[in-house]
Amino acid sequence: MAEILVLVEHVDGEVKKVTLELLTLARSLGAPSAVWAGPGYSADAKARLAEYGAEKVYVADSAEIADYVVAPKAELLAQLVSSATPAAVLLAATPESKEIAGRLAIKTDSGVITDAVGLGDGFVAEQSIFGGGVNVRSKVVKGTPIVTVRPNSTPLEASTGAAAEEQVTVSLSDAAKGAKVVERVKQEKGARPELTEAAIVVSGGRGVGSAENFSIIEKLADTLGAAVGASRAATDAGWYPHQFQVGQTGKTVSPQLYIAAGISGAIQHRAGMQTAKTIVAINKDPEAPIFELADFGVVGDLNQIVPQLSGEVEKRK
Amino acid sequence: MNIVVCVKQVPDTATERKLSSKDNTLDRDAADGVINELCEYAVEEALKIKEAHGGEVTVLTMGPSKASDTIRKALAMGADKAVHLIDDALHGSDALSTSYALAQTLKKIGFDLVILGSESTDARTGVLAAMLAERLGTPQLTLARKVDIDGTAITVERVTDYGYDKVEATLPAVVSVVEKINDPRYPSFKGIMAAKKKPVQTFGVADAEIDATQIGLEGKWSEVAEFSVAPPRAAGTIVKDEGDGGTKAADFLASKKFI
Ligand SMILES: Cc1cc2nc3c(=O)[nH]c(=O)nc-3n(C[C@H](O)[C@H](O)[C@H](O)COP(=O)(O)OP(=O)(O)OC[C@H]3O[C@@H](n4cnc5c(N)ncnc54)[C@H](O)[C@@H]3O)c2cc1C
Ligand SMILES: Nc1ncnc2c1ncn2[C@@H]1O[C@H](COP(=O)(O)O)[C@@H](O)[C@H]1O
Repeated sequence: MAEILVLVEHVDGEVKKVTLELLTLARSLGAPSAVWAGPGYSADAKARLAEYGAEKVYVADSAEIADYVVAPKAELLAQLVSSATPAAVLLAATPESKEIAGRLAIKTDSGVITDAVGLGDGFVAEQSIFGGGVNVRSKVVKGTPIVTVRPNSTPLEASTGAAAEEQVTVSLSDAAKGAKVVERVKQEKGARPELTEAAIVVSGGRGVGSAENFSIIEKLADTLGAAVGASRAATDAGWYPHQFQVGQTGKTVSPQLYIAAGISGAIQHRAGMQTAKTIVAINKDPEAPIFELADFGVVGDLNQIVPQLSGEVEKRK
Repeated sequence: MNIVVCVKQVPDTATERKLSSKDNTLDRDAADGVINELCEYAVEEALKIKEAHGGEVTVLTMGPSKASDTIRKALAMGADKAVHLIDDALHGSDALSTSYALAQTLKKIGFDLVILGSESTDARTGVLAAMLAERLGTPQLTLARKVDIDGTAITVERVTDYGYDKVEATLPAVVSVVEKINDPRYPSFKGIMAAKKKPVQTFGVADAEIDATQIGLEGKWSEVAEFSVAPPRAAGTIVKDEGDGGTKAADFLASKKFI
């Protein structure tokens, strides 16, 4: 079966969920080979990749690969594309992996598709564009298809792969060493899942009313094991940190469940959440456009509804 | 310092955006064109760097003739001059072609620093700055939320999942900026008037030594095979809160097995 390279995303040595989704997806199209780039590789990581069907694991775990911005990973993948001649390369549609995909495309003279929400035979990708208004099927017509896929696009399914390990060394070009990472600053993250990866997102908007009141949004998120998001009105007001903004100029999320509380549903917000599988809206204005998207909506005061919902979820757990 | 800002005109997200059924490319006539919002942050950052370190800010846009409105906007904000890359052969260019055409133009006009927005609202690929760095062989300082320059040394804070990375390089370099790195200025009346007199140089494919087989619909590496307007989401259940709204929402979540 045709080999498909999957670039592993990892934090602190742990494989991210999106990588397991990509392995699951790759299995439907060929034989997945995981590519580990940078330090932190371990037996646990290998076991995790095997569990989701990696037939091979290419390991390039020298520290140097993570010491420079993006370019070393693109060089590693380009080297593998030329030695293994895979049928395709899959990466997560995260900001960094998209950049890796972009450089890889140039190095290998291949087309790249960003933000696929599905991938089928012949590597025809599905994309949802213009804030969810138009569905597109697109494909690479030159070189090796390089496709970045949005987190939460593929339901996880385990299936054991051989995970045959192969060490890879890359000698980085001078050009790849142009931008040196001199410090990594980890801002407190807490126990919540990462916004773009989370299966459930609870977002608050202007209707939340204040920074303090975001605690009711956080409470609901925590009872559901969800990430917290915010509209631009809420981040602009300084009620919630900017990195949690969902929308056109913020993060794009595609969770199983998106709960919008006190958010009107402006087109720029919808651009970041319209591909959520299920949408629940809580808003006191029955005319709010968010209700056009909602699978379930409650018209009323979020200050009553959100805490009641949190309580009910707790009770039924 | 010679700073070039890559600015893109995009269809206004507030209007209906379409693909053209003729060739499956963006229908740029269907919607009003506006400056891509993140490009405003790029222009602002360029102006700030110029104010602190001296030099000149050039706006570079690739796009059809109506993109000149976007160029004027950037000039009105305070950029000094512009280059408009315009050629029918460029129509339908994908990210690889666009990065190639812009890189060729940048080589022609020269630069110490290239600044882009991190993403556009229409294509949303977010790959262009990385591609330019690759093509130009210059350091990639992308997703910057802060930029500091000291002589030829440049340091940025690159936004990551966990916070940010501090990244160092030497000019020339390619930078992309994220939202909220600064507050883009509004053009003043004086700025708007002055913009009318600022030089805008037009470049065609031949002027920038662009190989026509690498651009447009002919050169494309990827294509839209088909598209359809997304069907509206099926109407959901909307209830009015009568003291039990949270409970009803919980019932819904339970019915969908979320709890
Ligand atoms: C170029 C551009 C880019 C943009 N990018 C983004 C982006 O990335 N993300 C984004 O979110 N926006 C973005 N916006 C802004 C967007 O247009 C909207 O202004 C924004 O999404 C509105 O946020 P909101 O829904 O929280 O606020 P509002 O539109 O003010 O809506 C608040 C809602 O809360 C409801 N409400 C108030 N009080 C209560 C209560 N007690 N209980 C229940 N409901 C209540 C109100 O009925 C109202 O519907 C962008 C705009 C532009 C021009
Ligand atoms: N046609 C273009 N002309 C000039 N700059 C562009 C063009 N297309 C994209 N860019 C730049 O690339 C950035 C990212 O765009 P994109 O890769 O389309 O998301 C934009 O913010 C612009 O700075």
